[in-house]
Amino acid sequence: MREISVELITDTIAQMCIEANCCLNEDVHTALERAKQKESSPIGKEILCQLTENADIALQKNMPICQDTGMAIVFLEIGQEVHITGGLLEDAVNEGVRKGYEKGYLRKSVVEDPFLRVNTKDNTPAILYTKIVAGDNIDITVAPKGFGSENMSRVYMLKPSDGIEGAKKAILETVEQAGANPCPPMVVGVGCGGSFEYSAYLAKKALLRPIGSHSDKKHIREMEQELLQKMNDTGIGPQGLGGNTTVLGVNIESYATHIAGMPIAINISCHVTRHCHKVI
Amino acid sequence: MNVSVPFTAEQAKKLKAGDVVNISGVIYTARDAAHKRMLEEYDKTGKFPFDIYNQIVYYAGPAPAKPNEVIGSVGPTTSYRMDVYSPVLLRFGLRGMIGKGIRNNEVIQAMKQYTGVYFGATGGAGALLAKHIESVEVIAYEDLGAEAIRKLVVKDFPVIVIIDSEGNNLYETEPIKYRK
Ligand code: SF4
Repeated sequence: MREISVELITDTIAQMCIEANCCLNEDVHTALERAKQKESSPIGKEILCQLTENADIALQKNMPICQDTGMAIVFLEIGQEVHITGGLLEDAVNEGVRKGYEKGYLRKSVVEDPFLRVNTKDNTPAILYTKIVAGDNIDITVAPKGFGSENMSRVYMLKPSDGIEGAKKAILETVEQAGANPCPPMVVGVGCGGSFEYSAYLAKKALLRPIGSHSDKKHIREMEQELLQKMNDTGIGPQGLGGNTTVLGVNIESYATHIAGMPIAINISCHVTRHCHKVI
Repeated sequence: MNVSVPFTAEQAKKLKAGDVVNISGVIYTARDAAHKRMLEEYDKTGKFPFDIYNQIVYYAGPAPAKPNEVIGSVGPTTSYRMDVYSPVLLRFGLRGMIGKGIRNNEVIQAMKQYTGVYFGATGGAGALLAKHIESVEVIAYEDLGAEAIRKLVVKDFPVIVIIDSEGNNLYETEPIKYRK
């Protein structure tokens, strides 16, 4: 048994909230740079230049890349040899979010009830997913998620007979209908299979994978490549003002499902797709 | 092209979809919650918390300012959530709106009828846009936090005319040019 204190978890998460929000991930930065070279719309190119300049200012001033510093989505993979000491895990995570959002001058965007809508003023609670794995470490991912893009996401409960073509159609239609709203260029996370809620979880997990990485299943990889091309052929372009950079990456995760169903979840994200990863 | 606020209907008519514009002067931030309250306040008192005639509203809620900074990151939020409120404000003389994303037909009709302009600022470029803000003052609904109404003095704030007062709309005209 290895002991890990709740203080360590709290401090690590606080730091990660700040880092995730202020330093654009390398893969997104590279994808934006590459898109600048390829974009044929002059306005589109100008916007892509603004986006990399914006990320550079954020890094240099240690300020958030985007004012929507999101809801904090936290994934923990906890080694089963770990004993957490000094308090409750969930409290430690929320305390980390509270501290990070305060110390990092991040925006507090969480309301305590979907109908009453009173701001909790510290960006808690976080959305927390835990998984028990082998080993004696805790693997932490903090992925702040903005809602301009989150609001464009969907779950489809397709029929098995809809097949892979039906799935592609649903994914493409979700991106087309999102249009200018999620601050394109977007990053698209897709979860195929599982159950209603698990497909959505997979779609969120898919967004954690680096842009440009591909599934090791051949049919899924081909689907990712084909969809990326088709999405960029929609013409939506940067900020929806036309161009060939609509999407920076399409990541698809898949899982076993029931004989009667084919859930497909699409989680739309933006050019400020954030995640920070650490192992303690 | 430069625009200084307040600006009149005559000036607004000269702006065409696709114009790249730098705005200087005063603009006011308001998101969904502030819009809702503004209209409730008008119903009760017959007044808005600031004079909206010939002014520009910016759909934004900034991140907190660090010490020694004027403001935190402050990019636009998605505009369609304000669609239910905008026609009324346009009727009372609001001249411009800055946001991102599509507007519905009612808003576009009201823009044509009352001469309004919809500008787009680059979504997610909050750190860059913050550099164009010279001062900030919360003028209403402080309890709403990031969603309070703020008076911003801006200099060369970079935007693009997305929908002009004749209803020309870049979201309709541009993507099809690049569609394959
Ligand atoms: S969609 Fe992304 S880039 Fe746009 S405002 Fe939201 S978090 Fe920021």
